[in-house]
Amino acid sequence: MAFGDTLEKVDRRWIFLVVALLVVIPLLFPLRLPLAVSGPARNFYQAVEAVPEGSIVVLAGDFDPASAPELMPMTSSAVRHLFRKNVRIIALELWEGGPPLVDRILHEIGDEMGKKYGVDYVNLGYKSGREAVMPSFGNSFSRTFPNDYSGTPVGKLPLMAEADNFTKTALFVNISAGYPGTKEWVQQVQGRFDVKMVSGSTAVQAPEIYPYLQSGQVLGLLGGMAGAAEYEKSIEYPGPATKGMDAQSSAHMFIVVLILLGNAIYFSRRRANR
Amino acid sequence: MHPSMDFGVWVAAALTLFIFSFLYKDNPLYKFAEHLFVGVSAGYVVVQQFWQVLWPNLIEPATAAGTPDRWKFFVGGLFCVLLFTRLFPAIAWTSRYTIAMLIGTFAGLKVTGFSQAEVVEQVRATMVPLWNAADLGGSFNNLVLVVGVITTLVFFFFSKEHKGAIGATARVGIWYLMISFGAAYGFTVMSRISLLIGRSQFLLDDWLGIVRF
Repeated sequence: MAFGDTLEKVDRRWIFLVVALLVVIPLLFPLRLPLAVSGPARNFYQAVEAVPEGSIVVLAGDFDPASAPELMPMTSSAVRHLFRKNVRIIALELWEGGPPLVDRILHEIGDEMGKKYGVDYVNLGYKSGREAVMPSFGNSFSRTFPNDYSGTPVGKLPLMAEADNFTKTALFVNISAGYPGTKEWVQQVQGRFDVKMVSGSTAVQAPEIYPYLQSGQVLGLLGGMAGAAEYEKSIEYPGPATKGMDAQSSAHMFIVVLILLGNAIYFSRRRANR
Repeated sequence: MHPSMDFGVWVAAALTLFIFSFLYKDNPLYKFAEHLFVGVSAGYVVVQQFWQVLWPNLIEPATAAGTPDRWKFFVGGLFCVLLFTRLFPAIAWTSRYTIAMLIGTFAGLKVTGFSQAEVVEQVRATMVPLWNAADLGGSFNNLVLVVGVITTLVFFFFSKEHKGAIGATARVGIWYLMISFGAAYGFTVMSRISLLIGRSQFLLDDWLGIVRF
């Protein structure tokens, strides 16, 4: 019991320090642990891969800086994958903090790949109203967003003349950090407008999306940084998520050890008290 | 090592370290960063709501010449103003019209969407074949799914005491629930560690320039 008593008295700050070291050291000196692509991430990749060249895809970036480490890498990978296939993107955001993040990704990757704003991609920006916006957007993109993120009337953007609702789009990509997000898009848009949909979500939210994956309402799912890393591997473009996976695995192993130790102490103490 | 020359990056790095300092103990630097975050977030939302929502959707069309059915925007604006009557007790009751409209609209939206996506589709997805000789793995998965749904539903059936067959079934349901809570906890840990990785990448790359990610 002495070992258990000692462990119980350990200052929690030592645990914080060990976690910090287990995260920082693998970032500085990568271990290059193997990474397998899971079924949901493979399905996400295949759904994007199946989009015909030249089609239009809607991308909703429903997140803000708080979840950027998990969701920015998967958004970048999705945009890169779509642009590589010459697919055009109409983006929107239902979180106040989302527009600058999505706009930066679209412009950076768009410039890198020679894409033109208004022709190859459009960022409609933010609209207040949360899930009430969704069916309205499904009925008419232009009536819901009369102007884009920078205030340009959508009538002046050639891409917007080609699609005003989901019937003219090939896929809906939702990158979601919570409410409103994938759950609400499934409820308000996916079934109502018969939309093919894939989702990238924070790891916290991922378990809530699995039922939609099982039912086929969502075709593919990227869960957290691991999902983002698997997608980066699928498109053969390693980014920050891939480089963060060693740190993630190291920290997880430490937490697993702590849970096992905690349980061992609990059961040994219970046996001693009998 | 190539530290950033961008003043904004140094501010962001300092604020990140101020927040991390709470892990050692509460201190004035943490409090400063916390209050700054709350203030900046509130200010950002107000500006965003005004320029991205109120201005293009209400003020601009209501004041521009040639807007068709301009009266509709004034009706919408009036409902907005009514919400602020809660600040004046004598006429606070008028705000209920706006709230009633919001609740009614939201309930209508939610009922239709929820019924289709959560009830019909999810029930349909549970009606799966339990035996397919050509796909034994799939059959096993379907069996796990159906047993999980039934036993968990039985656990939440409180009209009969959980004894005998019902008790045993409910106990299996508890196991399913515990496994799902464990999975949710695992995903939560992954999410939190990801945030730490994101901040560490920012400090090591954008700020200090030690490694590139």
